[in-house]
Amino acid sequence: MTVYVLRRLAQTLLVLAITSLLVFFGLYVVGNPVEILVNPVADEVERARAAAALGLDKPIVEQYWVFLKGAFTGELGTSFVFGRSAIEVIVERMPATLELAFLAMLISVTLGVPLGLYAGLKPKSWVSKTIMAGSILGFSLPTFWVGLILILVFAVQLGWLPSTGRGPTVDVLGLQLSIVHWEGLKYALLPAINLALFKLSLIIRLTRAQVREQSLLDYIKFARAKGLPRSRVIGVHLLKNILIPLVTVVGLELGSVIAFAVVTETIFAWPGMGKLVIDSIFQLDRPVVVAYLLLIVFMFILINLVVDLLYSALDPRVRLGEQK
Amino acid sequence: MKLGRYVLALAAALLAVGGAGAQELVVGLSTPVTALDPHFHNLSPNNNVADHVFDKLVHKDAKEQLRPGLAESWKALDDTTWELKLRKGVKWHDGTEFTADDVIATIKRIPNVPNSPASFATYTRPITDIAAPDKLTLRLKTARPHPLLPNDLVAIRIVPKHIAETAKTEDFNSGKAMIGTGPYKFKEYVAGDRVVLERNEGYWGPKPHWKTVRLRMITNAPARVAALLAGDVQMIEAVPTADIARLQKEPRVTVSSAVSNRLIYLHMDSDRDKSPYVFDKSGKPLEKNPLKDVRVRKAISLAIDRDAIVSRIMEGQAQPAGQLLPDFFPGTSKKLVAPKVNQDAAKKLLAEAGYPNGFSITLHSPNNRYINDEKVAQAIAQFLTRAGIDTKLEAMPSNVFFSRAGKLEFSFFLAGWGAETGETSSPLRALIGTFSPATGMGQANRGRFSDDGVDALILTAMTNIDDTKRNLMLAAACDKAIGELQAIVPVHYEVSSWALRKGLAYTGRADQYTYAFEVRPAK
Repeated sequence: MTVYVLRRLAQTLLVLAITSLLVFFGLYVVGNPVEILVNPVADEVERARAAAALGLDKPIVEQYWVFLKGAFTGELGTSFVFGRSAIEVIVERMPATLELAFLAMLISVTLGVPLGLYAGLKPKSWVSKTIMAGSILGFSLPTFWVGLILILVFAVQLGWLPSTGRGPTVDVLGLQLSIVHWEGLKYALLPAINLALFKLSLIIRLTRAQVREQSLLDYIKFARAKGLPRSRVIGVHLLKNILIPLVTVVGLELGSVIAFAVVTETIFAWPGMGKLVIDSIFQLDRPVVVAYLLLIVFMFILINLVVDLLYSALDPRVRLGEQK
Repeated sequence: MKLGRYVLALAAALLAVGGAGAQELVVGLSTPVTALDPHFHNLSPNNNVADHVFDKLVHKDAKEQLRPGLAESWKALDDTTWELKLRKGVKWHDGTEFTADDVIATIKRIPNVPNSPASFATYTRPITDIAAPDKLTLRLKTARPHPLLPNDLVAIRIVPKHIAETAKTEDFNSGKAMIGTGPYKFKEYVAGDRVVLERNEGYWGPKPHWKTVRLRMITNAPARVAALLAGDVQMIEAVPTADIARLQKEPRVTVSSAVSNRLIYLHMDSDRDKSPYVFDKSGKPLEKNPLKDVRVRKAISLAIDRDAIVSRIMEGQAQPAGQLLPDFFPGTSKKLVAPKVNQDAAKKLLAEAGYPNGFSITLHSPNNRYINDEKVAQAIAQFLTRAGIDTKLEAMPSNVFFSRAGKLEFSFFLAGWGAETGETSSPLRALIGTFSPATGMGQANRGRFSDDGVDALILTAMTNIDDTKRNLMLAAACDKAIGELQAIVPVHYEVSSWALRKGLAYTGRADQYTYAFEVRPAK
């Protein structure tokens, strides 16, 4: 087990090194940050000064070397635009993105699993058909459109919820969180629903398919024949077995919702990491983009690891670290 | 009856304003603020916020004309010496008194801000010596005559001496060093989200109407409009052109517009003998660069239907351009008007230049920098194709576009220029003057247009500190550069728009800034 985790972490380092190389040189090909950052009225003297101040006057290979040396001491460079440590700039926005992602996942799991169960157990009822039709909409409608419609209906027409922005925050164990009280939660509801819609549909469909498949298997028939109450058959035997694929998907989706909530964050003016990284790409703020992607890659690797560990907890047949 | 209706309307107006508390104004800004240090990054959104907290020696009105700021008056003692009389009794937000020493310390700090991606040193470099004969008088020396010194001072936000000498960029972000003399005091900054300001009750100038101001950053345009309609913000900037007509009909909203100092223009490679994106009709590179011929450049200008671009693509949010700045700016020509489209004349000029069958060219354009930039370029490509110049459009994000333009990779491209000095020497020097680090001209002249006559007119004008005479010389330079030589092809001036909840008023600014302290209840 320990060996397994260690081996996975070693792979992580390799992946991170390759990512940094790709992003670093990729952005170098896109364009010269000095052209974007410097005010158009600046003369040649000022351009040269800016290039030197940002370390952009050195050859690209040397710039990468400087970055690597910094990376080993945990310093991923100073943002061109903010003039502060790139990691610091990102971490500052992290609570906003994380709370939105968790709220969205909470909505999709708490609604998605029961709805999917129902649709799978009673596939012929009209309620199930409505759920399934609704999930198709959730899949196919583009996020930016749904977001704007949510704003128009709930903020502009009905005036129930604020249209954009993040509510007042409260200090929770050193983290600035907004969703722990109603004043802040009402700002987070619309963006969270917008983010949750796709995941919700995914979870509904996945749960339903699993339920349909597993219901026909012998162990369910056997449990029923044994005379177990229906609630125990569904709640313990069935649910436990459909959880394995669900955990994989929920894990990966949580990752993607944290990393790529860009569209929702932009529409709802939510000051999270997604919005930051888009702005940084447009301004060619390389240190922030590189640091962000390294962080995200690291997060995905970590989530995958946790998912694999959860497997073995959920299904004793799965044993880790056996492949030699 | 009539009176009753009047009272109702008044009540409605009051309610509309009173929605979020009459003392608070919430503004939706279109671009994020990246740093609060007023000397760190010369970037409009940062400057916009800084202007609420910090004053400048010289201010600008809505039409970009100079007005006294912390300096009550300024005059040139001789060609290279300026004397400024500072305002008496101005207090910093911390209660201490403003003096000439603060200005000297500020000017010394500007070139020395560490890691600055775009410093303000461009504005302070001409100043070679600075002295304060008394507490409220300043003498500035320049090496050469520098008539635009007062205009340059508009870009320099004054901070107290002890802050200029010790504060780092992060001290401003944390709010510790945010001490100015401006109409608002700093209260809170949440990166990427909002800046909160509190009225400076002891402000020397006109008292701002709003006790608190929240500047919120809502970068997505439809979301900004929705926030206004929902009443979450009372004012937004950069109204998307597609929504203007709808908002003008909306009873809860008023729209304020002003023609800006931003010219959208076409630059042409008029230097190289062989240009990378010019081909004959069969797609083979042309041996001779047709853009070097003034007749071809004029044909391009005549082939474009500016009125159609303004009315169809810009939905009226632009003015057809015939020169570098709208007529009311100093240094503009009285003779130049936006040409009316004339395809026949364009074809005739092309034939005279030796291209009766035209040629092919690629037009490059950014697609996320100016209002509707890609659509405007698309229309221009079609107009030119109709006149015989087969034009292919290649649009790209501005981060790629400006890097490539800077490396002179294009033959023909669309770009924009905002004249922040509020007169024509800024675009003349940057876009049209011969590229030369020695004169400092042509820093954005990516078509490398060069004409000795035009250069001489600009350079002589820029040694004359008499405003009237200099502006006449600049107008003559515009006549020669645009009217005679068509150094660039002006397309239109962008119109900037603000939308406010009914009952509020804002005079749109030519420099496109959004100042909460200039927002008032409508009369």
